[in-house]
Amino acid sequence: MAHTESNQSLNADYRLFDPVERTGTAFYLVVATLLAVAGWGFYAWTRQLEEGLCVTGLNRPVYWGFYITNFVFFIGISHAGTLISAILRLCHAEWRRSITRAAEVITVLVLFFGVGNIIMDLGRTDRLLNVVLHGQFRSPLLWDVTSVSIYLTASSIYLYLPLIPDIAMLRDRGMKFKWLYRMLALGWSGTESQHRILNRAISIMAIAVIPIAISVHTVVSWVFAMTVQPMWHSTIFGPYFVAGAIFSGIAALIIAMALIRKAYHLEAYLKPIHFNHLGTLLFVMTLLWFYFTFAEHLTSYYGAEPAHMAVFWMKVSGKFAWAFWTMVVTCFVIPFVILCNRWTRTVSGTVIASVSITIGMWLERFTIVVPTLANPRLPYEKGIYHPTWVEVSITAGCVAAFILLYILFTKLFPIVSIWEVQEGRERALADAEERIRVYLPSEDVRLQETTP
Amino acid sequence: MPKWGMVIDLDKCTGCQACVVACKTENNIPFSTPEQAEMGRTISWIEIIPIMEGEYPRPKLRYLPRPCLQCDHPPCIKVCPVYATYRNPEGLVGQVYSRCIGCRYCTAACPYTAKYFNWSAPTWAKEFEPCLNPDVSKRPKGVVEKCTFCHHRLQKAKEKVKAEGRELKDEDYVPACVQTCPAGAMYFGDLDNPNSKVTQQTKSPRAFRLLEELGTEPKVIYLTEGEWHGAYRK
Repeated sequence: MAHTESNQSLNADYRLFDPVERTGTAFYLVVATLLAVAGWGFYAWTRQLEEGLCVTGLNRPVYWGFYITNFVFFIGISHAGTLISAILRLCHAEWRRSITRAAEVITVLVLFFGVGNIIMDLGRTDRLLNVVLHGQFRSPLLWDVTSVSIYLTASSIYLYLPLIPDIAMLRDRGMKFKWLYRMLALGWSGTESQHRILNRAISIMAIAVIPIAISVHTVVSWVFAMTVQPMWHSTIFGPYFVAGAIFSGIAALIIAMALIRKAYHLEAYLKPIHFNHLGTLLFVMTLLWFYFTFAEHLTSYYGAEPAHMAVFWMKVSGKFAWAFWTMVVTCFVIPFVILCNRWTRTVSGTVIASVSITIGMWLERFTIVVPTLANPRLPYEKGIYHPTWVEVSITAGCVAAFILLYILFTKLFPIVSIWEVQEGRERALADAEERIRVYLPSEDVRLQETTP
Repeated sequence: MPKWGMVIDLDKCTGCQACVVACKTENNIPFSTPEQAEMGRTISWIEIIPIMEGEYPRPKLRYLPRPCLQCDHPPCIKVCPVYATYRNPEGLVGQVYSRCIGCRYCTAACPYTAKYFNWSAPTWAKEFEPCLNPDVSKRPKGVVEKCTFCHHRLQKAKEKVKAEGRELKDEDYVPACVQTCPAGAMYFGDLDNPNSKVTQQTKSPRAFRLLEELGTEPKVIYLTEGEWHGAYRK
């Protein structure tokens, strides 16, 4: 009886293969549009390679602009996946099952664009390998190279491991790319011992990936905090950046889930309850973000060192006030209002909050990078920064290319982990019941207490 | 081992820009255009920073010549990911143009904004090409550069004294800006030699160093214009 039931549910879950196996015209239209934007961005990059960084709006003293902002932003987004999925897995949060993969894919793919922006920022892209050949380990940039490489490796493994049973299912259905799926399935046949090994490997990676993820964004913040420049040289930067990364990561995940839900009609798998739970998490991060931002700016303001104040006023009431106050509204006011109650913490509510946060967090990175450089310690060299079409195009191209890769992933692999959803149906209920029983006082204890 | 240092007497400086011109000619600094200059992309290893103080009817204009300060603890060399900028045993902070990847981390980390980036390939007026200094390499686009205290002159001086079989003296090596200064406001020499002119000057009560509180230990020492001692340290 139980067997037939699970078979029925298995058949129902087969609709998760639909995006992989069926493709409509809308897909080609979207791909063509994204390709066009990404191609334009690539063209802009070739112009920059040809003529040098003079095609950007960068100057002295604003040596860093859009690219470094994008770098910090994209690496931040990458915390969506691996970190959130790892924490949810380790906490046995059962509602994670249909969202972990969507999160993990963001991590792996967006990392390429984080790294890509650093590479595009280099004056001598051709000498990139010097970082490996002549690495100087006192430089926080090299710490970055190290931790991002480890993170990319670990999160790729962490994405791949839970994919194996699903790839095996794709192999067995034998539709397209059979050779690819056979190779990637590593001979998975779903035996009890294979499951045991896989679950163990996933647990190990879930634990390993958390400190790695935290180290990555801490080190990204240290690129700034290790210098003596005003409002960069701050001890709060490590945790501030990590919190901001998780914040923007969750927001990106909610947007991705909503798009997948809409495009592939997965309302049955990505339910309002998932958005509600993630929305609660996002609300906590909203408060945390506000706390960090407030603490950081109040400390600078109260101390009132002239070098810091120059940066402070440029952010609060000067040339970058538009960016700063938009950031406050989009990162705090809007998400706070939407997420603080369950009536607006709906699918569309959380999506609006997430889009707002994504814009706000980009602006946060921007207002960290540029105003400090525009107000150097020696206060006579003031700078201002206006990005050019090249920087805007490359930024748009990166976003488009990221979405494109994400869509292509959903066309190759199921974006909702099928075997984990099934495991949830078949085993998790009993597991959860067992777990809850362990928390409660046992029957004999209660008996002993009641007897005089 | 000598420790090369510079003293700039702000009481004597007239802001005439002769040091800037001498430096640009000596070190093959590329020409800029008005548009690029407007964007803040002119390369000028030594720069006369004009400082406006006060308002009409009592404005004050002061000048601060600023080469690379050749810090003893340079914030720029720590952050370079590829050892393209370093401090040599004589205390000079060098740049390796062929190694630099152009990440501009050192330029962002320098509190004195003393480092420059080649935003585009260097250009000179055609007539000027034959005047380029053969002792100084032309920098390609995409790398960072800055004042070297005319390090190539030190190399030449060392070869010369070796050929003459004698010790290097302070007069043997002097950067182009110091050599040129018509007002005699700049001094150069060995800060480890107690009898050198620069060492004597650093003992002046007027002596100060830029942003001294950062602990960068610059080897360019300024002598203030008497009454506004310490004004730069803000």
